[in-house]
Amino acid sequence: MESMDRKQEQGRIRNFCIVAHIDHGKSTLADRIIEHTGLLTSREMQAQVLDNMDLERERGITIKAQAVRTVYKARDGQEYILNLIDTPGHVDFNYEVSRSLAACDGAILVVDAAQGIEAQTLANVYLALDHDLDVIPVINKIDLPSAEPQRVIDEIEDVIGLEAQDAPLISAKNGIGIEDVLEQIVKKIPAPKGNPDSPLQALIFDSLYDSYKGVIIFCRIMEGTVKKGTAIRMMATGAKEEVVEVGVFGAGQFIPCEELSAGMVGYITASIKNVKDTAVGDTVTDDANPCEAPLPGYKKVQSMVYCGFYPADGAKYPDLRDALEKLQLNDAALQYEPETSVALGFGFRCGFLGLLHLEVIQERLEREYNLDLVATAPGVVYKVFKTNGEMIELTNPSNLPDPSVIEHMEEPVVSAEIMVTSEFIGSIMELCQERRGRYLGMEYIEASRAVLRYELPLNEIIYDFFDALKSRSKGYASFDYDIKGYEESKLVKLDILINKEEVDALSFIVHADSAYERGRRMCEKLKEEIPRHLFEIPIQAAIGGKVIARETVKAMRKDVLAKCYGGDITRKKKLLEKQKEGKKRMRQIGNVEIPQKAFLSVLKLDDD
Amino acid sequence: MTNKKELELYFHIPFCVRKCLYCDFLSAPADRETIGRYMEALLAETEGSAVSYADHRVPTVFIGGGTPSVAAVEDMERLLSSVGRLYRLDRDAEITMEVNPGTVSGEQLRRLYRAGVNRLSIGLQSADDGELAAIGRIHTWEQFLDAYGEARRAGFGNVNVDIMSALPGQTLAGYRRTLERVLSLEPPPEHISAYSLILEEGTPLFERYEEGSLEIPDEDADREMYELTREILAQRGYRRYEISNYAREGYECRHNCGYWRRRSYLGLGLGAASLVDNVRFRNGADLRAYLADPLGCREAEQILSRQEQMEEFMFLGLRMRSGISCGEFRQLFGRGIEEIYGDVIDKNIRDGLLELWPEREGAGESLGRLALTEKGLDLSNYVMAQFLL
Repeated sequence: MESMDRKQEQGRIRNFCIVAHIDHGKSTLADRIIEHTGLLTSREMQAQVLDNMDLERERGITIKAQAVRTVYKARDGQEYILNLIDTPGHVDFNYEVSRSLAACDGAILVVDAAQGIEAQTLANVYLALDHDLDVIPVINKIDLPSAEPQRVIDEIEDVIGLEAQDAPLISAKNGIGIEDVLEQIVKKIPAPKGNPDSPLQALIFDSLYDSYKGVIIFCRIMEGTVKKGTAIRMMATGAKEEVVEVGVFGAGQFIPCEELSAGMVGYITASIKNVKDTAVGDTVTDDANPCEAPLPGYKKVQSMVYCGFYPADGAKYPDLRDALEKLQLNDAALQYEPETSVALGFGFRCGFLGLLHLEVIQERLEREYNLDLVATAPGVVYKVFKTNGEMIELTNPSNLPDPSVIEHMEEPVVSAEIMVTSEFIGSIMELCQERRGRYLGMEYIEASRAVLRYELPLNEIIYDFFDALKSRSKGYASFDYDIKGYEESKLVKLDILINKEEVDALSFIVHADSAYERGRRMCEKLKEEIPRHLFEIPIQAAIGGKVIARETVKAMRKDVLAKCYGGDITRKKKLLEKQKEGKKRMRQIGNVEIPQKAFLSVLKLDDD
Repeated sequence: MTNKKELELYFHIPFCVRKCLYCDFLSAPADRETIGRYMEALLAETEGSAVSYADHRVPTVFIGGGTPSVAAVEDMERLLSSVGRLYRLDRDAEITMEVNPGTVSGEQLRRLYRAGVNRLSIGLQSADDGELAAIGRIHTWEQFLDAYGEARRAGFGNVNVDIMSALPGQTLAGYRRTLERVLSLEPPPEHISAYSLILEEGTPLFERYEEGSLEIPDEDADREMYELTREILAQRGYRRYEISNYAREGYECRHNCGYWRRRSYLGLGLGAASLVDNVRFRNGADLRAYLADPLGCREAEQILSRQEQMEEFMFLGLRMRSGISCGEFRQLFGRGIEEIYGDVIDKNIRDGLLELWPEREGAGESLGRLALTEKGLDLSNYVMAQFLL
């Protein structure tokens, strides 16, 4: 293609994303845009084209960023190429979000006409503005009886400072106002810049492993041109390969093309074997004619949350290893290394971006790979400073050195923003206090709503903070956070002894002030979870050998099913089978059988 | 004669006056006409099935429910006469029928006795009217006394009384009173079934319990009642021959022991289950379909694998205090019991839950009997589950 044509085509490209608070209708709007641009017939439309993993659909969260290219014939008679880049909607994936935004020139901000601005709305819109994107507000769900579009428009202007009077009023669900959105995309979002003849400089915003093509790099070409045969290099990881294919994104499929030039969004394949080589945020350049500097903003992904995964059936250890290996092909943020537990046998210590990431991986292992897993309590990475000046990063509580050689310990802290209606401010503040939060301030964004700012230890929010927040605010509070750094903290290791034997998989690190309470609740919970045995079983919580709480599981006295009627033994047999099945899901610690779900009970201490 | 194949008969009458609050059996109130039509259908199934079992002799018959005594006595007479005509009923066959106090008259009982019923099983559950009301029974202790007296006068010399422990609001003293009242009957029952209440999902009592509006004795109180049963009944000459069943010598329920010993039995009527030569099958539970075609309601057969037969042999046989015969195991399955279950048996003997007895009349090689201990009887599910392969 000639330079002139490339330039002309560039003028008709719009690269944008949609940002929204969860459930404000991002995916539905994406569907409508795709539908409206007519690339797909209605028959081809899946309910939600962008979210193509089952799991994501069920959770209503988009996990992996993806992109779709559609063609829109605007009212001015011109055809425009719209590249919609989807962004993950969860704070665990903030870095990935930021790289997706960097690939765009504009963003549509979807706000629910009834709920107005929420914490993630703010977080995402500021992120978009940080990346110099032109933000077009759109008011969704105007057909709801509780919709108050004008109030929400005013709120957007007051709180965010965005011009919103001509924001399209739409119902993505019912297909109302979609055309207005498309017209504003064409008119208000600038065409991409960049010179197709400059040295190649492309931003990786996602990548995917495919067993036929190898790694498929999702990228935005900032400068230059790439085509089949170009020898490319990833500037941060150093990986080099020759391009096999380039192309653009249909809806859910890859469409090969001649070349990708500045301003375009598309994919590159180059027989790369592992997504680790194509890190999100890295810059692709032409090895023979490299650009001067990589694009800014690249960060190495770091696991924030760790837990141990063990196969319920020890014989499945190799299967678990294979499954993790396969998942990692597609998920550079997943870390794992083998570990052993006295209680659970052979397994892996795995690192994740956050708890959602952990849950997604666990579910995929169980669902897609048919593995029955025991997961230990998730923990954060602690920094342990030893008296000899050495520092270790602790991911497994069992590896905590003897207290006598510990000089001090540090834990990760986040800065959090919680948006809440005024009636719940008290109870949310109370929650933050309980979680060792440090109050930073509060701002009213309108008469009845405020943003609370807190610093909170990460380990206080990874299990169930979000649920607690929702339940204490009747679902009204929303929450967003950023990792701030490490701070010194008074931490201890709490051990659990069952029938006098320490169960390493149940040990966890906790702040000294809450150790007694946690230990007591843990014992209570385990008492409920551990079935009666033929003998009495003491359950104890201890810090450094000193018992701080105790419960007892009484010996079993009765386990009979008396009635067995009219020769119908099916129920009897089912009962026995259930009992036997339950036994299989038990872990033998000494001579005590512990149900696997007891290992999760540490997470659910706040249920009651 | 004696080496002929045996077949026990079970008749299911799925009707009652009112469903008890703990009941999750296949039973419901019905009008007189429906019950009449059902008895017709049951007769048709009984007659139509006879030809398939012409070479079996029938040692026991059990008419259960529901409340079989809600059926018209004429219909019951016809059913029993048809069994006598079309099946090879043993001369000394045990023929049991369940009756509910408050649903039977002396006249009815006399006619049933004449029709061949020789064992009655009366559902009392409790001698305390308050406790009876709490579980939704339709009768009082007085009504039970009437029925019991009428039964004896009608000639029944083999009577079972069902009682229950761990009832809502029941105290240990209250339960003791029930036991004592039952034992002071004149003459006392030959057989007593003592169950503790089990709250089955889907029953009104279960729901009340879930809501928290039902107080039932806790596990410890339940255990005390259980032990009291054992103690008092032992003193009065009843032998606990099965987990929940006590009898005077020679009055063990032969029909039920057949289930535990895996004898062949044919279940007739709605939802009735059968085991014939290691094949289990049952009728469907759709009343309309059964009335329309009583012989066409049989659901898919389950042919028991050798493994399933072994499992059943163990977990059914162990219900009986006399346990299972290790020699019989070898005879049936061609392998020693220790080969299949050696570890499980050793472990449970060590835990004091199982014991080995010498065979009583050891004809030929004596391998002994394996049985639950007293403690094992209390923890029978725990033990039996380990015998599933």
